[in-house]
Amino acid sequence: MSRTALLLLADGRFPAGGHAHSGGMEAAVASGSVHDTAGLEAFCRGRLHTAGLTAAGLAAAAATGHDPLALDEAADTRTPAPALRRVARRLGRQLMRAARATWPSTELDHLAHHRPQGAHQPVVLGVTARAAGLTPLDAAHAAAYDSVGGPATAAVRLLSLDPFEATAVLARLAEECDTVAGAAARAAERVAVEGVTVLPAASAPLLDITGEQHAARPVRLFAS
Amino acid sequence: MHLDHPVTLPHRHTHSADARRPDGSRRALRIGFGGPVGSGKTATVAALCRTLRDRLSLAVVTNDIYTQEDAAFLRREAVLPPERITAVETGACPHTAIRDDISANLEAVEQLEQDLGPLDLILIESGGDNLTATFSRGLVDTQVFVIDVASGDDIPRKGGPGITTADLLVVNKTDLAPYVGADLDTMRADTRRQRGDLPYAFTSLTTADGIRPVTDWVTERLAAWHAGVTG
Amino acid sequence: MTAAAAQTPAGDLPKPRPHPAGVRATARLRATHNGRATTLPLLHSDGPFHLRRLRPRGERARVCVLGAMSAPLGGDRLALDITAEAHTRLEVTTSAATIALRGSTTDPATYDVRLTVGEHASLNWLPQPLISARGSTLHQTYEVDLAKTSRLLLREEQLLGRTAEPSGHLSTRLTVRRDGRPVLDQHTVYGAPAPAWDGPAVLGGHRATGQLLLVAPEPVPLPEPVLLGEPERGHCVLAPLAEGTALLATAVAPTPTRLRDLLDTALAHVSDAATSPSR
Repeated sequence: MSRTALLLLADGRFPAGGHAHSGGMEAAVASGSVHDTAGLEAFCRGRLHTAGLTAAGLAAAAATGHDPLALDEAADTRTPAPALRRVARRLGRQLMRAARATWPSTELDHLAHHRPQGAHQPVVLGVTARAAGLTPLDAAHAAAYDSVGGPATAAVRLLSLDPFEATAVLARLAEECDTVAGAAARAAERVAVEGVTVLPAASAPLLDITGEQHAARPVRLFAS
Repeated sequence: MHLDHPVTLPHRHTHSADARRPDGSRRALRIGFGGPVGSGKTATVAALCRTLRDRLSLAVVTNDIYTQEDAAFLRREAVLPPERITAVETGACPHTAIRDDISANLEAVEQLEQDLGPLDLILIESGGDNLTATFSRGLVDTQVFVIDVASGDDIPRKGGPGITTADLLVVNKTDLAPYVGADLDTMRADTRRQRGDLPYAFTSLTTADGIRPVTDWVTERLAAWHAGVTG
Repeated sequence: MTAAAAQTPAGDLPKPRPHPAGVRATARLRATHNGRATTLPLLHSDGPFHLRRLRPRGERARVCVLGAMSAPLGGDRLALDITAEAHTRLEVTTSAATIALRGSTTDPATYDVRLTVGEHASLNWLPQPLISARGSTLHQTYEVDLAKTSRLLLREEQLLGRTAEPSGHLSTRLTVRRDGRPVLDQHTVYGAPAPAWDGPAVLGGHRATGQLLLVAPEPVPLPEPVLLGEPERGHCVLAPLAEGTALLATAVAPTPTRLRDLLDTALAHVSDAATSPSR
């Protein structure tokens, strides 16, 4: 595996559409529940251990080569809010485009062919990691980090937070990201034998509720 | 479709700049419209749609900063049927969406072509940003930069990538020049100095056929596109 | 159930073994249709679960689960197994809130609810809230298996800590399958040491949370997601799952009363969208 490939995939500048999404941060700011660095940290930690863990499990499982269409269905059953399913598929479609140009692979072509409107982003992320020669654990790391990186960047724009403080939040969460990625990768190892139910299904009520509220808001900076 | 030639053409469908459709025909010409807030990008796009819609199959993608106002305006004005207008959300960063990470815009273009069938022309309007925002060549084939007289007659002199390198510079709202004390001759001279041989047009959309210079330019580009001269 | 053990917050805790002092109990309830009405040939009370027949409401047989002792306590292994066979109409409730308590040990308790609904059958599972009291640890699972033509209305409410006490630790894995295919797979973990469980991404300081799930045999028309309430006083969203015949309401609220209000309002929307569940 190439460690640099992982850096490239996890880089916020990787052109896969993430910059237009706040991972629920804008909704949290709008509802008044996040207004400072401490709130950002609590939000990111909560998202990491719920949506982040679930995404990391799906990504790791996809990176093992498990059937991505089955994983896409598993992602659907783990995403009760329709607004968040739409976002996940849109981001999946955008990542697919960047991935096929960056690491051409027949597995990516296959998934794109069967999900022309986009598969769930973590599933595409896992197949992309595989195309880039990365491991399931790498894929889980990328997904876990992605689950907090987006909200932190968005918080800087939404709240005019000090960007150094926001970055320090991510640094403080690094060890927990590793723990989440490890748990996700271990679950993914069991998928081939035990099926997708062994994958994490961690969920957070507020992310679902505010995700739907945000989608109904006419004026917003971020698409989600 | 892409599965037909997975080895020889692995990039088809992923490389947005590819000028041909999978069947070998030329895809729609994509023109980007950039420029500062309030310079008249949306009005220019609307006027183009009204002029060209009867002879060309058109669609529009707007990039709004925190609303869908531009798309809503175009739909309300009924310059095109609503299904031909799509809004992209840009996450507070309009220049990123047209330059550094064009994936959302490409998805919108792809979806329009999927839903509407073959198109002749797609106009992509950027969110009003600043003088440095330019479109990626991966997203558009050619780009127009729109500034206006009322924002100050020193704008062409200041330059910036949009003013100096856009394939067409539009200096809009010339009708306001007397009211804002703008010297059109100075603007013209500065424009020539900044752009060398690159074309520019002074427009006033309040007059009948005021969009004409832009329409003519677009028509020329389309002819060149189909002749395979560009792209 | 293996899955539930694997899903503790980013960890791989082994499934707890029953504490020697813990209660092991499995109550069972089976409804069948005799060609004219729903009957209850199996009503097996066990441990803390005392099953009592209530007067039917229309065609719907009704059973109430009474708490015969304080449960679940640390180390308990409890299960409730409910089957509504083909063509039955059944509603199961509980008489009072279920309170998870620490008991004589800090060992986790487990509480597994299995709901099985046959072809053309209808089950309402509408228990009183589950309260996670200070010092308790409970791992709860719901395994719901629905036949393709069946119908389910499920409500679950959780209260994290009694008045002015910190919450216990409550993990809930909910798995719903329809015609063998997964419809909803969800795992929530609240109470220390779950990370940031009361933070702005998860419960946002609210102490009551709950869901209302409707799975119908036919698509349930809901033109748009229904948004109820507001962040401070509690809020709720009702929306379709990816499986188009299912609607889910998810709510968080400061108090159980407010939570019930939100879920009742959601239920009214559900009833409008589909035929009334108490039919």
